[in-house]
Amino acid sequence: MSDNPLFCVGKSVTRKDALAKASGEALYIDDYSYGGMLHAAAVRSPRPHIRIKGFDARAAEKVAGFVMLVSAADIPGKNIWPVVKEDCPFFPETESRFQGETLALVLAETRLAAREAAAKVKVLCAELPFVEDPLAALEKSAPKIYGGNNVFSSYVIKRGDVEEAIRSADAVVEGVFTTNYQVHVYLETQGAIAFPEAGGAMTVYGSLQCPYYAHDAVAQALNITHNKVRIVQRVTGGGFGGKEDVPALVAAHAAIAARKSGRPVKLVYERDEDFISMSRRHPSWTRMVYAARKDGAITACKAKYVLDGGAYATLSPIVLWRGTVHAAGPYKIENVSVESFAAATNKAPCGAYRGFGQPQICFANESLLDKLAEKLGMDPLELRLKNILRPGDKTITGQVITGSCGLEEALVSVREKSGWAKRRGRLAGEGAVKKGLGVSANYYGVGLGAGGKYLDRAGAHVSVSKDGSVYAAVGNTEMGQGAQTVLSQIAAETLNCPYDGVRMTEVDTSRVPDSGPTVASRTTLMSGNAVIDACKPLRGRIFKAARELLSAKGAPEGAMEASGGEFRAGGKTVSFSEAVKECWAQRLKMAEHGWYAAPKTSFLPENGQGDAYVTYAYSANVAEVAVDTETGAVRVEKLYAAHDLGRAVNPRLALGQMHGGALQGIGYALSENLVYKDGALLNPNMSDYVLPSSMETPEFDCSTIERPYEDGPYAAKGFGETPLIGPAPAIANAVKDACGARVPGLPLMPEKVWGRLKDKA
Amino acid sequence: MKKTAAPMLKCVVNGVKVSRAIDSGLTLSDFLRGELHLTGTKTGCNQGECGACVVVVDGKAVNSCLYMAVQANGKKVITIEGLKGKNGDPHPLVQAFADEGAVQCGFCTPGMIMSAYALLLANPAPSRAEIKQALSGNICRCTGYEMIFSAVEKAAGLLRGRGGK
Ligand code: FES
Ligand code: FES
Repeated sequence: MSDNPLFCVGKSVTRKDALAKASGEALYIDDYSYGGMLHAAAVRSPRPHIRIKGFDARAAEKVAGFVMLVSAADIPGKNIWPVVKEDCPFFPETESRFQGETLALVLAETRLAAREAAAKVKVLCAELPFVEDPLAALEKSAPKIYGGNNVFSSYVIKRGDVEEAIRSADAVVEGVFTTNYQVHVYLETQGAIAFPEAGGAMTVYGSLQCPYYAHDAVAQALNITHNKVRIVQRVTGGGFGGKEDVPALVAAHAAIAARKSGRPVKLVYERDEDFISMSRRHPSWTRMVYAARKDGAITACKAKYVLDGGAYATLSPIVLWRGTVHAAGPYKIENVSVESFAAATNKAPCGAYRGFGQPQICFANESLLDKLAEKLGMDPLELRLKNILRPGDKTITGQVITGSCGLEEALVSVREKSGWAKRRGRLAGEGAVKKGLGVSANYYGVGLGAGGKYLDRAGAHVSVSKDGSVYAAVGNTEMGQGAQTVLSQIAAETLNCPYDGVRMTEVDTSRVPDSGPTVASRTTLMSGNAVIDACKPLRGRIFKAARELLSAKGAPEGAMEASGGEFRAGGKTVSFSEAVKECWAQRLKMAEHGWYAAPKTSFLPENGQGDAYVTYAYSANVAEVAVDTETGAVRVEKLYAAHDLGRAVNPRLALGQMHGGALQGIGYALSENLVYKDGALLNPNMSDYVLPSSMETPEFDCSTIERPYEDGPYAAKGFGETPLIGPAPAIANAVKDACGARVPGLPLMPEKVWGRLKDKA
Repeated sequence: MKKTAAPMLKCVVNGVKVSRAIDSGLTLSDFLRGELHLTGTKTGCNQGECGACVVVVDGKAVNSCLYMAVQANGKKVITIEGLKGKNGDPHPLVQAFADEGAVQCGFCTPGMIMSAYALLLANPAPSRAEIKQALSGNICRCTGYEMIFSAVEKAAGLLRGRGGK
């Protein structure tokens, strides 16, 4: 964009929101309260599948402070939550499909009264047959929850001749791999406050990732036009995908209650309600085959991939699509056949979770790749290096990889840092504790790609005040990942304004047009480009005014240096705010809208061929683990990771994404285990669903590889999800290296590891 | 709600004397957030499992969601709002968390800082292992903890430099 060296992009400036959050000043949804505000609490389905006959609220009505019960009959609009397949009601009318589903709300004067009354509402119902296991759900005899076959969606990718390639291969390996749920456990639970406004309008504040999804849902539930809905995001205490779709349901519930009562309504979830009813990562089942030549060249990959979608389709179709497209791993393979299915079961719907259908299949393919290396007698890291995608290679959908691909460097980086060649297979343990190293590689299509291309656009509004301060509004949200900081850096760099002079606040749908969801690691790329688009005309005006002021100060005509919020020529200096003042004096337009739409993708659903995503982020991980062979307990001692993210706009924030994502990956691999029995969730709390604490965090050695992406803002591409994807298979491979046990199912609970060891002995 | 004789709670919160009639079933977190409007203290589980609600009572870190407000009678309570310096300067722990990248979504942060504050009261020069141990009841889902450890170490150094204040 200019010849001046970058002064803000690429620097680890302090987060915009850090001090407000650390000092306790930042206001999250539950920190707001308003006069006349009612509190809502949910009445939930007691069983996995029921026919609803009605509610007995007599005991609830006796609770002091009880105001009313709100249910399906109170919905003024269409009782369908607008998300992908449109199969999920706001409140079910006659049939509820999972334990914990919200059937109705109790409104009361205090939160305690609302909860007490909700617990006293009797759900009058009859039990229906239910299905819990996704493979069983696909059987003909299964009770039908969705369509005639319980399949929410299914995809194929076909390339070359897989059967022939397998027949003629020198080595063939096959395996079945499973993964369990993972729950986001963002520290702040779901919540929203709805305010009825004059003329039938509705404003909703919420903790959410995707305000425009909530916008659509509230308009549909209330049967009002979009211009009567305003969604304002509040500081959001974590999302990781868990605040993608479901906050729209929470917002719509609050709005329906506010409409009926005519008063502001606050609906904030307790932790167990969040566990029982909100979204989570899909459990998976994969059967996979790799075939290769003697020299290690992979010739074929065949896979069947099944996701357990839960009771409603919600985001399953797109989660499945992402997993399918990435199924064979980041390798060039001529013969591929992938079939995938998302099955309906009577459990809470699964949805978006950082990685979005990739961590599951990556565990399968990267575990199986190690098995292939073993069969070929090759080093598993070298086997990967032999087969990985490099610029010019084609993915399994036939997409040609561009120059922004640093996977080889990433693998080499973790190989060198971990001392792989000398240490793998040779780490000394102590007594019953054995140690080992394991590797994995992955790639991640940035943005929505062909799976959600009509949503892949974003807006921005940038306004420069006469005092030289800048306000930037975007349509993608800050949920902890650092969006406001990175986008402020991009605005500062483009305008040549001091970083401290840029302010952003949470997303407000009345300020910026529908910018799609804040998902798919797309914010830096999409909103970043939209911010640049808005800044460009402003930059032209400010730079011109600065040049005029320099001339007026006696600086010679010609080149001017612009950096760090200053304009310099011939020993004279003009500050950003002086230049802005001059623009205002000239009555120039000092606010602009920006827009960015992702380039088209050419993917064809019939055969799964074509360009699936605009670009990819790449990463490699090596895990160093210790296994206690007496108990089966696994500990990750060190994690080496390298990520190609185009360019790190803020290296410290990028590192924070790597650490945090990796630790979620370690939790996924080792301890996070949600247990259902008889359609009921047994451990909806943070003691029995075990998250990594400060004691489990390993030593991290993470680095970035920068292979610039031309269409990205200052060459950046998104990458916030990749850090979670690679650790689990690297850990499983390291466990195998340490003690010989190959566990094909996540999480690697001690009893599973110990069981495998015992079988071996 | 049933009318019971409301007990009096007398305590000192962030250096200010408080005296109120309260519901005996009220937790300290609900008292601080709901009655005193000190919303810097967060609640992530209300079951003693996440540490988001940690405040310091008579020098010790407690989960305020499990601690009954009446238990604070006659005690000194410090919340995140109480860490501000005289002229509003951020406490070294707060500043170090911001500067070291220890804050992402920020929801765990006030509780995490209060646990660290209690640690540094008892042990001004903790080792990394001691920091890990002291923070083991505070879940952070965002950061991977590494930068939190560095922030505590940095703040400890700064505080030692100014004599613990
Ligand atoms: S809210 Fe108190 S420990 Fe979680
Ligand atoms: S910063 Fe989000 S939970 Fe710690």
